[in-house]
Parts: sequence; C-alpha cells; structure tokens
Amino acid sequence: MDNKEINNTKLANEGLSEQDRPLFCDARPQSYKPLGKYVEKFLNWARANSLWILGYGTGCGAIELRPLMTARFDMFRWGLAPRPTPRQAGVFVIGGYMSVKTLKRVIRSYEQMQGPKFVIGLGSCTINGGMYWDSYNTINRLDHYLPVDIYITGCMPRPEALIAGFNKLKEMIKAGETDGQNEYARNFDWYKANQKKIVKDWNMPDYNW
Amino acid sequence: MQEILNKLIDRYAIEPIQENRHNQAFVTIEKNRLPDVLTWLRDYEDYTHLAFITAVDYPEIEKIQLTYMLHNYILHTDLGLRVLLDRTRPEMVSIHHLWKQVATYQRELREMFGIDFPGSPGLQENFALEGWKDIPPMRRDFDTKEYSEKTYFPRPGRQTHDPKEYMKEKLYPSAKEDK
Repeated sequence: MDNKEINNTKLANEGLSEQDRPLFCDARPQSYKPLGKYVEKFLNWARANSLWILGYGTGCGAIELRPLMTARFDMFRWGLAPRPTPRQAGVFVIGGYMSVKTLKRVIRSYEQMQGPKFVIGLGSCTINGGMYWDSYNTINRLDHYLPVDIYITGCMPRPEALIAGFNKLKEMIKAGETDGQNEYARNFDWYKANQKKIVKDWNMPDYNW
Repeated sequence: MQEILNKLIDRYAIEPIQENRHNQAFVTIEKNRLPDVLTWLRDYEDYTHLAFITAVDYPEIEKIQLTYMLHNYILHTDLGLRVLLDRTRPEMVSIHHLWKQVATYQRELREMFGIDFPGSPGLQENFALEGWKDIPPMRRDFDTKEYSEKTYFPRPGRQTHDPKEYMKEKLYPSAKEDK
C-alpha cells in the first residue's frame, strides 16, 4: 500500500455506457482535513457518541445485531442506533462472510455514506475468510477492498463481543485514530484495482457518490 | 408408494427403481420422456408440488444427473425423477410451462453447472455469480481452492493438518518415538 498524494484526475467510469457517463460523478473521493486541535477533539467526542449503524446485513453476522438491538442487550444504551440508508449512517458493520455479489453492493453503500465513516469487520470471515476461505465466491480479506477500522473476532462473536468492539471503536474515534475515510481516498486506485479484480461486471461509476 | 411405482412401470416401463423409505423413491428415466411423466404425475396422480430440481456432476461416467423431486400432499410421499445428461454439452427440456417457478431453478442450474434449458425465460440472466467467466463452479473439475487462492488475496499464516497424521500424533504420541 502506498501513501502517495491524491491525484485529481477525473475517473474514467469505464463500466458505464457512453450516454450514461455524463449523468454520473467522475470526481475522486476527497480526504478530510482536520480542523483545529481542540475543535477536532470536540468533534471526535461528538462523533463517538453518535454512531449510526447502516442497517445492511451482510452474511450471517447480521443475526447478532438483532439481539444487540433488542431488549436483552439494548445497544441504544451506548448511543448506537440503526439507520436504513447509507446517506444517514456512519458505521458499516460487515457481518461475516462476504460474497462477490454482496461486495459490489457494499462498495456502493460504503461510498455513499457520509464521512467520517467507520467500518467494523465482524467475524473471522472478514479477517482471513474463516470457514469459507477456499470458497470460489467469498472474499478472504476485507481490508483489501475497504478500509477497516476494527475487527471483532469469533464465529460468531456474541453481542457482548460486539459491544466491546463498539466501545473500542468509540475510544479510537475519541483518540482520533480512525482514518479509514482518508485512507480510502489516499489509496483509492489500489482499492479500486482490487475491487475491480473480482467484481467482474462493473456497471456502476468508479466512485458512487 | 408401491401403487404409484407399479403404475409407472406399467405405463412407462421404467426401471430401475430405488426405494429409500416407505414414502420416498427415486426412478431414473430417459430425458425426452420427462415432460410426459411429470405432466401425468402432476395432473392425474396428485404429485402437485415440485420441491426442487438439483444436479450432480459425475465426471467419472461423463454424465450430469438431474433430480426432479415431487411431493404428493394427499399421500405425503416423495418421488424423485432422475435424468442423466451428457456432460460435454448438457441440455435439458425446459418444464417452465408446468411450474412457473422452475425458471428460477433452471437459471441457477445454467449458472452453477452450465446446463442449457432452451426456451426457459430469463435463462441468461445473472443468478448469483455476476459476470462469471470460468468453468461453472459446481462442476467437480473446478478447483475452488486454487481459484480462491489466485483471486482473493489469501492471508498468510493459515495452518492445515492432515487429519490422519494429526490424530495419530495426538492419540498415540509414543508410536512416533518408536520409529
């Protein structure tokens, strides 16, 4: 992975047809420039206490979010709440194994999310493929396609583990250690090449904003 | 169960029959006679529910076996009809006119096994593998591990043991020292 400066060339959008191309955005993702030290510290505190999870269940790990949301574990106590649309969400929980078909939708949703945005890899499948490591249709390493802030291990992790993961994520946000959005912008070409290597019918814009 | 099997033998001279349980049997028939038999079973013998269609690849005998599983809601019996297809160019008569939902099964079989069902609606649409270029992944000569390793950036550090050797070492550690 190389951390070179962002180039501002327009995206080619080769997956789109000629007449569709002018209708879509061809700009690259922009990285976020932190404001002053104390302002940023306040903003990070605010962000950590207002985490909105995108309600998108990928893989079997999504089943663990249901007990987390409902009365037994009650994630609202920690200021976590689900949102139905990527435009209003800030945390993307990748719940377990991810097939290539899902990955295409996940990329699209992730890119549509407002910054600052965080990705949680849930379960061992997101780390090294888990029990689906030799499957023809599931990816092995999530961090080659999306910038992952924190992994929660287990197959499946219990809701307690998820709560611990969310609390750790909050600490990281408060400390200003979550740089996923900027990492994605800096290494956009590398991520995009990896994504396009496996998503074979790329019929959407290169950056879905 | 025996009654319907006898009828099948009388009507279509079908052999051989494999009876698994008192309420489940499988018969193998020629591929061109399948629509006749299915129509007769559905309309006259109350096998109204097509539970699933599935395929098994047999590279050893160069065949692909299709199984059409039918269920009778009155007698609660299952009847599986099996058809053997040529493996190099597998092609089967579409039966979407009998059950509409069959078209989805046939789409899946086209994608996963490369079986052609001429005339089936939406056959060429993507089912799960969008833009798949390799040989169909459910064929047994497709090496899924090799494909995964060259495509999905495997994370180093995964350990595998030969189960036989591993258990031998674990259960009889002294046997190793003797050698």
